[in-house]
Amino acid sequence: MKSLAELEAIRAKTLENISLRKEGNNTARIVVGMATCGIAAGARPVMLAFIEEVNKRKLEGVTVSQTGCVGMCRYEPMVDVILPGQEKVTYIKLKPDMVARIVAEHIVNGKVVEEYTIGAAQD
Amino acid sequence: MEQLIHLTIDGVGVDVPAGTTVLEAAKQAGINIPTLCYLKDINQIGACRLCVVDTGARALQAACVLPVAPNMNVRTNTPAVREARKVNLELLLSNHEKKCLTCVRSKNCELQTLCQELGVGDETRFAGAMTKYDVDDLSPSIVRDNNKCVLCRRCVAACNVSQAVGVIGPVNRGFNTAIESPWGMKLSDMACINCGQCIAACPVGALYEKDSTQKVWDLLANPNKHVVVQPAPAVRAALGEEFGMPMGTAVTGKMAAALRRLGFDKVFDTDFAADLTIMEEATELLDRLNNGGVLPMITSCSPGWIKFCEHYYSDFIPNLSTCKSPHEMEGAIIKSYYAQKAGIDPKDIAVVSVMPCTAKKYEAARPELAANGVPDVDEVITTRELARMIKEAGIDFANLKDEDFDSLMGESTGAAVIFGATGGVMEAALRTAYEVVTGETLENVDFEAVRGVEGVKEASVKVGDITLNVAVANGTANAAKLLDAIRAGEKTYHFIEIMGCPGGCVTGGGQPIVPASVRMTVDPRVVRAKALYGEDAGKAKRKSHENAEVKALYDEFLGKPNSHKAHELLHTTYVARPKYSK
Amino acid sequence: MDLYRAHVLVCGGTGCTSSGSAQLIERFEQQLQEKGLEKEVKVIRTGCFGLCEAGPVVIVYPEGTFYSRVKVEDVDEIVSEHLLKGRKVQHLVYVDHATKESSIQKSLDEIGFYKLQKRVALRNCGVIDPENIDEYIAFDGYKALAKALTEMTREQVIQEIIDSGLRGRGGGGFPTGMKWKFGYNSPADQKYIACNADEGDPGAFMDRSLLEGDPHAIIEAMAIGGYAIGASEGYVYVRAEYPIAVRRLQVAIDQAKEYGLLGKNIFGTDFSFDMHIRLGAGAFVCGEETALMNSIEGKRGEPRPRPPFPAVKGLFGKPTVLNNVETYANIPQIILNGASWFKSMGAEKSPGTKVFALGGKINNTGLVEVPMGTPLRTVIYDIGGGIPNGKKLKAVQTGGPSGGCIPADKLDISIEYDTLIEIGSMMGSGGMIVMDEDNCMVDIARFFLDFTVDESCGKCTPCRVGTRRMLEILERIVEGKGEEGDIEKLETLANNIKATALCGLGQTAPNPVLSTLKYFRDEYEAHIKEKRCPAHHCQALLNYVISDKCRGCTLCAKVCPAEAISGAVRQQHVIDTTKCLKCGACIEKCRFGAISKQ
Repeated sequence: MKSLAELEAIRAKTLENISLRKEGNNTARIVVGMATCGIAAGARPVMLAFIEEVNKRKLEGVTVSQTGCVGMCRYEPMVDVILPGQEKVTYIKLKPDMVARIVAEHIVNGKVVEEYTIGAAQD
Repeated sequence: MEQLIHLTIDGVGVDVPAGTTVLEAAKQAGINIPTLCYLKDINQIGACRLCVVDTGARALQAACVLPVAPNMNVRTNTPAVREARKVNLELLLSNHEKKCLTCVRSKNCELQTLCQELGVGDETRFAGAMTKYDVDDLSPSIVRDNNKCVLCRRCVAACNVSQAVGVIGPVNRGFNTAIESPWGMKLSDMACINCGQCIAACPVGALYEKDSTQKVWDLLANPNKHVVVQPAPAVRAALGEEFGMPMGTAVTGKMAAALRRLGFDKVFDTDFAADLTIMEEATELLDRLNNGGVLPMITSCSPGWIKFCEHYYSDFIPNLSTCKSPHEMEGAIIKSYYAQKAGIDPKDIAVVSVMPCTAKKYEAARPELAANGVPDVDEVITTRELARMIKEAGIDFANLKDEDFDSLMGESTGAAVIFGATGGVMEAALRTAYEVVTGETLENVDFEAVRGVEGVKEASVKVGDITLNVAVANGTANAAKLLDAIRAGEKTYHFIEIMGCPGGCVTGGGQPIVPASVRMTVDPRVVRAKALYGEDAGKAKRKSHENAEVKALYDEFLGKPNSHKAHELLHTTYVARPKYSK
Repeated sequence: MDLYRAHVLVCGGTGCTSSGSAQLIERFEQQLQEKGLEKEVKVIRTGCFGLCEAGPVVIVYPEGTFYSRVKVEDVDEIVSEHLLKGRKVQHLVYVDHATKESSIQKSLDEIGFYKLQKRVALRNCGVIDPENIDEYIAFDGYKALAKALTEMTREQVIQEIIDSGLRGRGGGGFPTGMKWKFGYNSPADQKYIACNADEGDPGAFMDRSLLEGDPHAIIEAMAIGGYAIGASEGYVYVRAEYPIAVRRLQVAIDQAKEYGLLGKNIFGTDFSFDMHIRLGAGAFVCGEETALMNSIEGKRGEPRPRPPFPAVKGLFGKPTVLNNVETYANIPQIILNGASWFKSMGAEKSPGTKVFALGGKINNTGLVEVPMGTPLRTVIYDIGGGIPNGKKLKAVQTGGPSGGCIPADKLDISIEYDTLIEIGSMMGSGGMIVMDEDNCMVDIARFFLDFTVDESCGKCTPCRVGTRRMLEILERIVEGKGEEGDIEKLETLANNIKATALCGLGQTAPNPVLSTLKYFRDEYEAHIKEKRCPAHHCQALLNYVISDKCRGCTLCAKVCPAEAISGAVRQQHVIDTTKCLKCGACIEKCRFGAISKQ
């Protein structure tokens, strides 16, 4: 180890991998409904797409996690995106090809992809 | 100017150099702090906790290892300090086999003295379980009785530090700690050199010489045995101490008288053989110098050193002089020359050597030191054993009139007397070598450079055309240092004297034991050596080749030094020995 | 490295390893593979979580679900339910002893056991993978070393530690910064910095957990110390009975060398530093600094007289600074966050936190870290979950065999170095053993003394013989053979050993006796004068008695191996105490609770 920069590089790189163990609410959480209904509706490929996309963009402070059935099985696959200090946004009936846009627009740029949200569906 | 440190001990101000211990500073202030594990320069480990003093610190401090500090206020005589010392002494006694009535160290026991001085009356207050050990008496020289051991570790330090032998050390832990050889082996299984420095260090009766007095009494009582005795040079420098005489008193004449009264048929002197040794050894040296022999040549008088060499430095065996040690030479001559002259069958002669040395007991039993199955020397007793025999016989030693040794093998020169001090053999050899080589008379016979108690001494001595580089080592740890330097090629010498014990024979493992409290201020190596150098200076003849009886021996019997007959009787061989028995 | 959606942290501390956590990891990995989850879920073996009572412990992130006492057969359920379907496995979730609350809705920090703790030394334990240097770095690891080497002078580093008020966590409580300063001030061509990981107090295991859970923190701290005092070499003396700790430390040293965090010119500076591990054979006395150094040098592990102190003449005769593992664990945090941050925690004269190993009669046995100054009561009841089976607390023993017993009425004492010493105990390395009404205090003293007698090195008289004599007296007291004058003899010996023993082990060996004599003298007297053990613990002093609850069923008489019970059918039976072996077989057999020990 010859420089502080090297140390910082390792720190930054590893941090993203272990961020889900870090305390604090500075993380963006992507919560995928993964109960039987969700999985049956195709939640797994959607979740994998999220992981892949976050990895690809080397995003820091983003966790992908799963949750159980919220009772609205007809909207599955459902995904909640919770940005720090913001209201939860629920996307529904997602397919893997829709994931890249949510990550790019919502998680990176903070702009909700309205047409995928549960609000849009109920309107 | 050295900075002195000022402190107060029991209200007395003292100024001492930095690094002085409180124990030493107290001595200066006129206060003797009791000690048990302390042995000046050898063992300073603060283990027994009898020397505790109050320095105002949270706990009491061991004075023997506590360096002085500026303005320290030490109290050595408070009720708490006295009580602490007593309790620790009582604890030691609670696991000590108190067989004082028969103990070999009774009246010269530091534990006993402490009990007297500290007023320990109830030695059973803390009675409890005691550790039990078998007495190890398998060694030909040394007996170890752990039932009396107080675990002061002075013997361990003597064996490890002074002698670089290290065949004993603490084993097990806590209450079961004992001084032992590893893996329960006996001393006789170890590469022990039998030097007896452990005995000299022991404050109690846990270490003592293998007693041969009964065997000598038996010989003296046997009408079929012609018993001849010979005392070593160093014995006369210390025997008087056993009878209350001041250290450094030479008691040659009284010793000869006492030996005669004990009933020995002939009282010869090993000093005679010391002169004989010089004749043989100086000749051997000159032969090696002139004929490309192995150099440096190393003396072979000290059986402790010989065994050390055989175990630990066997690559130096070719360097050892082939000369037997003086008393072995004398034994061989008694059983040949004297036997012939007196008309006695050598088998009917018993030779008893009185030695300052426990290793001599082992040496006498070496199979190569015998002729036709008859050992050169039959029994070896130490100076201490001789003192016990004299006491048992009721001889009033201090008031004996001086007597001479018996003639034939009773004459000796000053060169022989100094064999007992480190550097003495070297000096004696140089005196003779000089005159043999140059044919001139040596006017100043005192070779000061090889005298004194320094561990390794060196000198360059001009003998005719050649300059002899010589070295003298005393104590096998110092010998090891010297030999290591030679092995590493850092040093080259022609001739080396090595004595197994620090100080040489005057402080050998068989000599009267000097308590640590005395050794704190008096150096027995120096004081006893002074007695020998005094005898030397007072002698008319101070060179071995001037000894008329030795000359007669060559003329009548041996021919000349290193002759075939001399080789047969006076020279020996050595064997490499392993460090560990199999 | 890839992003995982979930991390399964399995405790790999010694406690959990011995209760089977290695098999858990194997099963998790196998199950995840079977379910095709190996790319999504990562299994990490961590250091100790502290709540060893609940081991083996598994935590699933990001939820932070705390599963306790997980068995191999539970793994399938956690994988198929929690990791696959997102449903927490309710029946495995840790339940708080005191509150009986399940932690299912709570994060780890909210569980009673953790809520009042402040994890500074243990901050990474159970959080990072100790065998992965990257994870340590991600949690700000080696940043303190970087800061010290590139932004601070050696004097500034020492001053920061002095200012922090950090005191030695090995027990003595000597100010760490001062020790470093002594080492700094000793001129020498070679100096050493050493770490004492010869944890020897029975029941204490914080050093082991730290080495197992966060080995890099120790390496970083020793490098900082080396820089400060001018040492280029470090030695960690760790007992061979800690194989996991030894292995992880070695892995960590190798990694640090690979990264250039150990070795030549660290961070491009002039500072070079290397580290060695030395294994101890487990002698308690080798925790004493001079004995430890003798042992590293290959000699018999025995204390040497002090002075000279190690900071002047230590390892191999060179100036050496020796600190305990937990002390080192605090160092990087102090350098990173500053002395005032550290001083803001804990008590004025004892700043910071202290790790304790809770054991004995307490619900949550395990490892806890609390700010100094926390009342003992908080540790016992709020964190430790109180005493099991509704029993009454009698005393708390701190400081291990060198410490003393704190009676129940002193439970509000604030835990600090000096307050503990004042009441006759000591901080020690942090063992905390809780005793209830069933514990006989004489027997407790005997137990601890038995340990020190065993562990005495045998060098000095008072410890070698004195402790043995004390033990003999205690043994006869608990056997009902105590004599008038025994207490006074114990006191004489205890005070003498305290005043004259060579080392700290000896000087503190009498503490368990002195403190129980101070607070529970009546128990000693009951044993000696009345031949009675008030706690009904000492076998020799209790009798089995049959009360009038006896229905005369004869079962007890039949089961008695000594034929000590007699009585007619349907009549109250009687025990002949001269024949009774006190084996307890009758009590077990009696269906009416009629037999008791008195």
